[in-house]
Amino acid sequence: MSHDTAHALEHDTSTGLDNRKLAIWTFIGSECLFFASLISTYLVYRGKSLVGPFPHEAWTSPAGRHFDPILEIKLVTVGTALLLFSSLFVVIGLNGAQRGNRGQLLAGLGATIVCGIFFVGMQVYEFTHFVHEGLKLQTNLFGASFFTLTGFHGTHVTIGVIWLSTVFILALRGKLPPKKALNLEMAALYWHFVDVVWIVIFPVVYLMK
Amino acid sequence: MATTAVDHAHSHAAAHGPPSGLWSWITTVDHKRIGILYGATAFVFFLMGGIEALLLRIQLGRPDNTFLSPELYNQLFTMHGTTMIFLAVMPLSAMFFNFFIPLLIGARDVAFPRLNAFSYWVFLLGGLFLNAGFLFGAAPNQGWFGYANLTSNQYSPGLNVDFWMLGLQILGIASLAAGVNFFVTVLNMRAPGMKLMRMPMFVWMSFITQVLILLAFPVITVALILLMFNRFFGTHFFVPTGGGDPLLWQHLFWIFGHPEVYILILPSFGIVSEILPVFSRKPLFGYAAMVFSGSFIAFLGFGVWSHHMFATGMGPIADTVFSLSTMLIAIPTGVKIFNWIGTIWGGSVQLRTPMYFALGFIAMFIMGGLSGVMHASPPADLQQTDTYFVVAHFHYVLFGGSIFALTGGAYYWWPKMFGRMLDETLGKVHFWLMLIGFNLTFFPMHIVGLLGMPRRVYTYPAGLGFEAYNQVETAGAFLLLLAFSVFIVNVLKTWRKPADAPADPWNGATLEWSIPSPPQEFNFGEVPTVHSRDPLWEEKRERGGQLPEPARVSGAGIHMPNPSFWPVLAACGVTAVFISLMMLPKLGPIGVVAAVLLLFVSVFNWAFEPA
Repeated sequence: MSHDTAHALEHDTSTGLDNRKLAIWTFIGSECLFFASLISTYLVYRGKSLVGPFPHEAWTSPAGRHFDPILEIKLVTVGTALLLFSSLFVVIGLNGAQRGNRGQLLAGLGATIVCGIFFVGMQVYEFTHFVHEGLKLQTNLFGASFFTLTGFHGTHVTIGVIWLSTVFILALRGKLPPKKALNLEMAALYWHFVDVVWIVIFPVVYLMK
Repeated sequence: MATTAVDHAHSHAAAHGPPSGLWSWITTVDHKRIGILYGATAFVFFLMGGIEALLLRIQLGRPDNTFLSPELYNQLFTMHGTTMIFLAVMPLSAMFFNFFIPLLIGARDVAFPRLNAFSYWVFLLGGLFLNAGFLFGAAPNQGWFGYANLTSNQYSPGLNVDFWMLGLQILGIASLAAGVNFFVTVLNMRAPGMKLMRMPMFVWMSFITQVLILLAFPVITVALILLMFNRFFGTHFFVPTGGGDPLLWQHLFWIFGHPEVYILILPSFGIVSEILPVFSRKPLFGYAAMVFSGSFIAFLGFGVWSHHMFATGMGPIADTVFSLSTMLIAIPTGVKIFNWIGTIWGGSVQLRTPMYFALGFIAMFIMGGLSGVMHASPPADLQQTDTYFVVAHFHYVLFGGSIFALTGGAYYWWPKMFGRMLDETLGKVHFWLMLIGFNLTFFPMHIVGLLGMPRRVYTYPAGLGFEAYNQVETAGAFLLLLAFSVFIVNVLKTWRKPADAPADPWNGATLEWSIPSPPQEFNFGEVPTVHSRDPLWEEKRERGGQLPEPARVSGAGIHMPNPSFWPVLAACGVTAVFISLMMLPKLGPIGVVAAVLLLFVSVFNWAFEPA
């Protein structure tokens, strides 16, 4: 794996950090600006929708149809909790990988992946529900900025699930010994980042009225 | 192990000279070869952008001209700007990052050699995609800034804007991948003793450039995504009829766009800071001040974006804040200019071709900087905005600045890259033609701009007093064509001579001059240990002034990364994703799924391939 490349250059790295770990941190730094731009766009367009449905207020269309506030805060709170716990599980899994505790590694990593899948499932349900209710990407500025922001976050979660699952299969096959725990640590760092972004998105979108 | 055979084959190659042939270039992960690929590709794009500019100048050579239609004129000025920024100056800088950052810090390659190859191929395919619009008669025509409303489906129904927004998105991926790579390379791959404050100034300025790329490109990525949603899926992000705000585009674009200006100029600052000390026989004056002023410029670069938007009427407070922060940038830039002059001051100056270009850079860049401070003032800017005065300003910094420095860098590092010295006489002819042609082309633009000639308009009526200036400008543009023709003749002439350049033709101070020209595949037979800022000068002093010509060594036993074709395939995957998005109405989601699959398969095979 590319791990070998890092050490092909005979002397250790100047900072002592593995190249790949530093690269993930760098990438995360760059991603901060990506989500900052999406969140800013959401905030700039908050309350600027010309027509409903709205996130926090009821709305009656000119045709006389009544819309309740569309956000399902309880459902998403459960999803949020799952995502937060998954960050704990991935730490447990990584600790297992570093200490060579196979049971702990598989359990922790497996729980992380299950939480991730449930979160994505929650979001798929939420999106489908909104479309049925009459809120599409094109409906209003809320729809556009909501689907774009949470959709790109959901895509990140999905990529994280695929990445963690790949590492899980490696671990199952016994290809994740302690000296290769960095393979999991990189995915874990990315996973924490995706989680942290949601900690910002959740209050901004669902709690702020 | 499955890798043994490959390793064996590879060390064999290392011992008997580099592999050759087309396939070896397609699968190469050698930073030097990738650097040459960047340089060659970018130079072709530079010529295309130059020809586009010449066509514009022919059209403007006389009033009421009909040489170009307004539609074609719009496409040409849009593609000229987009090409020069994203396909010429940035990748020409990337050529120097690739070839010289590892050499200057004493490394054998970059941190991620395959990612490096990926960046190049994505850049090449993105550049081709962007230009493919010409084949459909639908090249981008809305200006390189892509202001909202102009880019909406209502006002730009054709494919023109699609080629632009998707092409830029592809190029952004190349820049971000390279940004991560070089950020890690500079921090992690330095030779023993190469502390941060001993790094050559070119490495420092390139490092700061990577930080700017990493923080600025995600913003344009989001802006382009929002634009794509508007055009493909009918959202109203910048569309007033749906409640959207066209100014949000301008904010997002310039939060990227102003740091982008420093992405274009900081590597050039670095190149000039390498050339001046060598040809003045003096260490760089005020090294630490140079590092900190460069960092400060980059930091301030994120706080000045709205000076591009004074004309939108942001109100007195925003105008004042952005005006002051913009003027503040003149201070660290001034520090740099005085330090360059301080470097030359009292030195035993050797007027070789690279030095000509470095000196030309200082003079031209000062002029561009001064006109920049002029439109930092909102009332002055309101007079100058959208006129040729602004065109004059940014050509003085990007041509008089970046292109002069990049050309100087080419003359300076050519012997190291190819083992051949470029001809000095032709080099000086190139310089004088370029300096005179440049000033003839762009200086009169200050005057016609203040006389009120608007930019981005395909013609002008007779009798407004613009004619003579425009004739001079067009003549100057042809002089620039001649200047670069001389450069091409110089390159061709040099190519026919034997590759016999010495390792250290200029009495250089930095590590790249300690190894043979051109360097061997593994760069350094033995990784050097660094004790000072000018390691080679120090070594020469200790050994009485001269060093023996370094011998070519066998390199057996040095493990270098294996060639790989997954980066090329992954780059094709990335491009296919964007092509499939464009074909969405025709192919449906099947195309997107296939493209994403190609990308995933390539990335997986890449990740599990022995390096």
